[in-house]
Amino acid sequence: MSTAIATPKRGAEEQATLVGGGGKLKHHHPLTPYALCAPYLLLLLTFVLGPAIFGIWISLHNWDFMLPNKPFIGLQNYKDLFDSTSVIFSPFWRGMRATAIFTVASVPFLVIIPLAIAVLLNRKFRARAFFRAMIFAPFVLGIAVVGVLFNYLLDAQFGLINYLIGVIGVDPIGWIQTLPWAWISLVGMTVWWTLGFNTVIYLAGLGNIPAEQYEAAELDGAGAWGKFAYVTVPGLRTVLVFIVTTTILASANMFGQSYLVTKGGPSDSTRTAIMVMTEEGLRQFKMGTASAMSYILAICLGLISIINFALMRERNK
Amino acid sequence: MSTTEAEARAVQPDSAEPAPSKRSYARERNGPVFWIGMIILALIFITPILWMYVTAFRSQSDSRRIPLTLIPDGLTLRAFRFIFSDTQNPVLMWALNSLIAATAHAVLVLIVASMAAYALARMQFKGRGLIFGLIISTLFVPSFIFLMPNYLLMDRLGWLDTLLALIVPGAAGAFGVFFLRQFFVGIPRELEESALIDGANTWDILTKIVLPISKSSLVTLAVLSFLSNWNDFIWPIFVLFSPERLTLPAGLSTLNGAFTTDYPLIMAGATIASVPVLILYIFVQRYIIEGVATSGLKG
Repeated sequence: MSTAIATPKRGAEEQATLVGGGGKLKHHHPLTPYALCAPYLLLLLTFVLGPAIFGIWISLHNWDFMLPNKPFIGLQNYKDLFDSTSVIFSPFWRGMRATAIFTVASVPFLVIIPLAIAVLLNRKFRARAFFRAMIFAPFVLGIAVVGVLFNYLLDAQFGLINYLIGVIGVDPIGWIQTLPWAWISLVGMTVWWTLGFNTVIYLAGLGNIPAEQYEAAELDGAGAWGKFAYVTVPGLRTVLVFIVTTTILASANMFGQSYLVTKGGPSDSTRTAIMVMTEEGLRQFKMGTASAMSYILAICLGLISIINFALMRERNK
Repeated sequence: MSTTEAEARAVQPDSAEPAPSKRSYARERNGPVFWIGMIILALIFITPILWMYVTAFRSQSDSRRIPLTLIPDGLTLRAFRFIFSDTQNPVLMWALNSLIAATAHAVLVLIVASMAAYALARMQFKGRGLIFGLIISTLFVPSFIFLMPNYLLMDRLGWLDTLLALIVPGAAGAFGVFFLRQFFVGIPRELEESALIDGANTWDILTKIVLPISKSSLVTLAVLSFLSNWNDFIWPIFVLFSPERLTLPAGLSTLNGAFTTDYPLIMAGATIASVPVLILYIFVQRYIIEGVATSGLKG
């Protein structure tokens, strides 16, 4: 990048700083980049980096909002979470279990159904843009609207879903009050709500697969399935890794669906880890235990992400 | 067919739209099965939303008929009249709060993220790698980690039960900087260099050249920030408590708890929370979908 050939109109010292190494513009005062970054960095330090460290500090104290002083107790909060005789042990691990159940039950649907829809929407047809926009629309509504809407749709007496299955002769189902229906409801509404998000990412990935690869596969005699298995899936490799990872993280963060629809029931079985954590920390104000919970859940998610990456890379070889 | 396409591509090798050739494998004709599938898909997505709007205009007894009737007896504004005049649940106030918080948040994100992203994309300075690394690393930290410490921070700052708690902390998210930096890196340098030779300073280059040609990215970021703030649920339900301070999602949650089976009323609240974003979505859906797609591909 020999931009230095620009006509030397200006003063010599400005010329000298015009082009730095690596092709970066270097016309500015040395402090300019810091000044430009400063407002964002101030926010980052105050609301992200600082709190991440402060959270560890909280978790090492008996940080009860009601206590006048918050004594340092070392790792006691963490020990309590692993001690089956402590009060918090059972709610916490039930919450972790609920989060695990939801993640395992929802991720396959959230990975596979959007892929199928993306392949369909990748065909050429009229109203393609309309369909794409339509399946993304629920995501724009947000969980509060989707939550109260499904709370109504799933109502055993007055809900539209029991009415519709009644039309085809199925008895009413206690979607919210019974198991496993409560889980099926939560997974179903999550699929309805977030399916468009993954579909749009798949569609972008499909658009990047060169048509020549499909033509070559066709010449080799591949049918629709062959093309899907040997061209589409390998072509979506990086997109798949991204989608699986972000979907696992999003499912592990599940909160609003349970909070608004099942309210954690029946008998706390759908009370997720985030619900237990916020109840403990932001309703009972036992911040120490709640912070310890958040770090344990974060470490679990970190481990899952690492395993996920390792598995995906293995398979790609 | 493929030869004509290859020719077409050979004629204009620098075509900015190579998309048609890339999708050409899907040139099979779409039969009735395909269209039936599409119609079912459309019904699954449209019916719940329509049902929400229809129910909002029904009377309570009409919505509680057994068996249920699909066609309303008649339409009434009862639910809207009630929630517009209910001092315990000031829905219009919630809508105003949501609008103020989401707009202020989007503006703040645009300002701080565009400045930082420009420095990170175009300038060389000590610590640039470190700063960028820090920003990227925060993308991998789950957000629930920040609930407790930021709640205590809001308490210390006196921001609990104020919209500042919704506007400011979220602007520290890494997405905006990351997203704009990707875009700025791709802008050809020539424009900035010629402006430089004409004597423009960094601020002029950023505000008069870089930002105007980045308009579509800025709109995308603004819309995504606005929407995520408008829809934010877990944070507002804990940091806001007074009825007149809530945003729509937090308010909907209290309506849901207070009026359990008065569904027309709750659906009226959901209507007020959803109509503005759906209208916004109709106008800018291209930006939203492309923004999500590119961030997904690069992430």
